[in-house]
Amino acid sequence: MNPIISVKDVHKTYASGHVALKTVNLDIRQSEIFALLGPNGAGKTTLISIICGIVNPSGGTVTVNGHDIARDYRAARSMIGLVPQELSTEMFESVWATVSFSRGLFGKKADPAYIEKVLRDLSLWDKKDARIMTLSGGMKRRVLIAKALAHEPRILFLDEPTAGVDVELRKDMWEIVRTLREGGVTVILTTHYIEEAEEMADRVGVIAKGELILVQEKTELMLKLGKKQLTIELQKPLAEIPPSLAAHALELAPGGHTLVFTYDTQADRTGITALLNDMREAGIGFKDLATSQSSLEDIFVDLVRQSR
Amino acid sequence: MNFEAVRAIYGFEMARWGRTLMQSILSPVLSTSLYFIVFGAAIGSRITQIDGVPYGAFIVPGLVMLMLLTESTSNASFGIYFPRFAGTIYELLSAPISPFEIVLGYVGAAATKSVILGLIILATASLFVPLRIAHPFWMVSFLVLTAVTFSLFGFIIGIWADGFEKLQIIPMLVLMPLTFLGGTFYSINMLPPFWQTVTLFNPIVYLISGFRWSFYEVSDVHVGVSLAMTLAFLSVCLVIVWWIFKTGYRIKA
Repeated sequence: MNPIISVKDVHKTYASGHVALKTVNLDIRQSEIFALLGPNGAGKTTLISIICGIVNPSGGTVTVNGHDIARDYRAARSMIGLVPQELSTEMFESVWATVSFSRGLFGKKADPAYIEKVLRDLSLWDKKDARIMTLSGGMKRRVLIAKALAHEPRILFLDEPTAGVDVELRKDMWEIVRTLREGGVTVILTTHYIEEAEEMADRVGVIAKGELILVQEKTELMLKLGKKQLTIELQKPLAEIPPSLAAHALELAPGGHTLVFTYDTQADRTGITALLNDMREAGIGFKDLATSQSSLEDIFVDLVRQSR
Repeated sequence: MNFEAVRAIYGFEMARWGRTLMQSILSPVLSTSLYFIVFGAAIGSRITQIDGVPYGAFIVPGLVMLMLLTESTSNASFGIYFPRFAGTIYELLSAPISPFEIVLGYVGAAATKSVILGLIILATASLFVPLRIAHPFWMVSFLVLTAVTFSLFGFIIGIWADGFEKLQIIPMLVLMPLTFLGGTFYSINMLPPFWQTVTLFNPIVYLISGFRWSFYEVSDVHVGVSLAMTLAFLSVCLVIVWWIFKTGYRIKA
């Protein structure tokens, strides 16, 4: 299947000389949820802004569903909805007016029924006549989402959608994103919160210092880089790890009640059986076992550290 | 052509005006009335006719021009500056809309407002002095041309300005003096020859002169020259706007 967005050799150096993006290549598949993950200042917003036409790339090409974003900007842009990071709103306007304005701007005929549906889905309906400046931050975020959805985009960009957003809106937002995806909409979100990518994304791209370090299926990424830890609660505390167990990657937690064994889920042999055998032979009894998987956050921190 | 987008911008801008209709209309009408009372009634009664036109009636085209220039400029500059200031310009830039359509929406709305205002001021003036319009077609043409030209000029200022102060500077420091010195309240024939020549470098002279000709068939310079100068200024503004969008000046990094 052809990618819905194809970014080729795009780089960006701002007039100030700041290199925001080194050469980036990225394909986004139709109807996927793609998370662009990276610390602040990594180039996430610059990349999005280039695709959406807000920033000119210094070089490279971007096509959206086959349409070049420069030559064929009308076709490319009319497919895209963008929810920006900043809460930039027409503060003196009513919610209804600003959302209807967005639909018109993207060349769509007025459709009050559709706008009503969008506002209802976002729990904005009872605020439709309120001036935006009177709304809370979370409500303003909803307005921005409504504006982005007003022209029925096929691709939705969410730039740091949950920055400063309460739990309820976060849940609503994921609900909306899921519904959109079921309807075939491709969603690209940037975030520096790992849980967000972990919870929602099909694929994850990690960006740091203007470079796309890796792009991978989320599950694959977690499998590939995911280490598991086996925590063993001991019956009697140990002063140190006995020499007979030294061959295993063990750590003794402070207090001596817990042994932590780190193993690779991808390896042919995890070493768990051998460890337990050796423990029995050494006469070390345990009362509980627990395993935990390293989160995307750990993986991410590792990756960013490596790239430095 | 994205007509829906032009309509959206135009409607949005007109609605913004509608919300502040009272102050938008009241303040220009009030200040024009003050000019009439001061210059028309108090001082004008001691001035003889200029070129066969009573002084009170003579200043009407100049006053309409004064309002037209300042209102077009400030309306259009604010219209485009505010989205830049508030950050909402991201939406304009990411929409499937050409620069021409953006300009059409913003400048069209600003020009519409100032034409309406100009007509309101004319109506106000007719309460004070008897008005005679010799060439209604040319009167309206000059009105619309000037409104469009200075709305474009305002659009340029709105893009150039990087603070609310700069938004005010050009209208206050350049437009206002040039209009006052451009024959709003006098015929430049009343000046000494040296200053008459200097005045001819003031582009506003041509606008006011042409506009006044459409009323009373009296003018400081030939009406053809006025029309040419207006069109020339319009072209200059169009070229600058074209350059702004070509280079992304101050709107696109």
